[in-house]
Amino acid sequence: MLETIRTIPIDYYVYLSTILFVIGVFGVLTRRNAIVVLMCVELMLNAVNLLLAAFSTYLSDAQGQIMVFFIMVVAAAEAAVGLGILVMIYRNTKSTDISLLDNLRN
Amino acid sequence: MAQYLFLTLAALSILAALGMVFSRNPVHSVLFLIFTFFCIAGQYILLNAQFLAVVHIIVYAGAIMVLFLFVLMLLNLNKDTEPQKSTIWRITAGIASGMLLVTLVGALRGGIQVSIPENTNDQVGLVENLGKVLFTDFVVPFEIAGILFLAAMVGAVLVGKRDLKA
Repeated sequence: MLETIRTIPIDYYVYLSTILFVIGVFGVLTRRNAIVVLMCVELMLNAVNLLLAAFSTYLSDAQGQIMVFFIMVVAAAEAAVGLGILVMIYRNTKSTDISLLDNLRN
Repeated sequence: MAQYLFLTLAALSILAALGMVFSRNPVHSVLFLIFTFFCIAGQYILLNAQFLAVVHIIVYAGAIMVLFLFVLMLLNLNKDTEPQKSTIWRITAGIASGMLLVTLVGALRGGIQVSIPENTNDQVGLVENLGKVLFTDFVVPFEIAGILFLAAMVGAVLVGKRDLKA
């Protein structure tokens, strides 16, 4: 049996992922630069990936790690489209400040 | 040994994530996030998910973060010009995410009720096993992921074009 499984309870991984996810949420709520907000979303996705991989190893089930690959695919697609939209926004407003993007409010 | 490695990597990744959120310069944020990703790759190696660790480094550190850095340099945002949110907003965000943390930890505190099998298979994260599962049980999602990539590529090019008439 793997040394990691014997010596580290799965709870540790759950808490680590929770903390990383909450840091990502805090970043999304506080930062105003749209690029950094996208990066915080990537951090949240990674926290979930870590949890999936941990459970996959502890239960010796490969499906969790396959799911991580699919999340990576979606994250890469999201980053590409998100940054494309961001460049477009910058072209129109000359800024990446998300508080300027309130056109739908009025 | 594994425990010390885990705790070191966990502490480093949390510190780097905090550094990403709190640093004013976006380039520093990107570098802190890359460091966090390397720590997470270390966790994958600790979990014997070696293929996942390699793919993680290639995709995240090698592709996604380079894309972020590239856009950052392209838009010339590599200086501390970011306007800050008001203090009251920051305090509110801190309380909200702190409540989320307390809720999640409180819900999970009683211990995770999973029965770990007695004889676990250590080879589950190696490329041979993962490839077999990916190309037998998950063939259809795999192909759909390919279509999603194609759609994202077309979408990114279409969004990035200056005028669609040309």
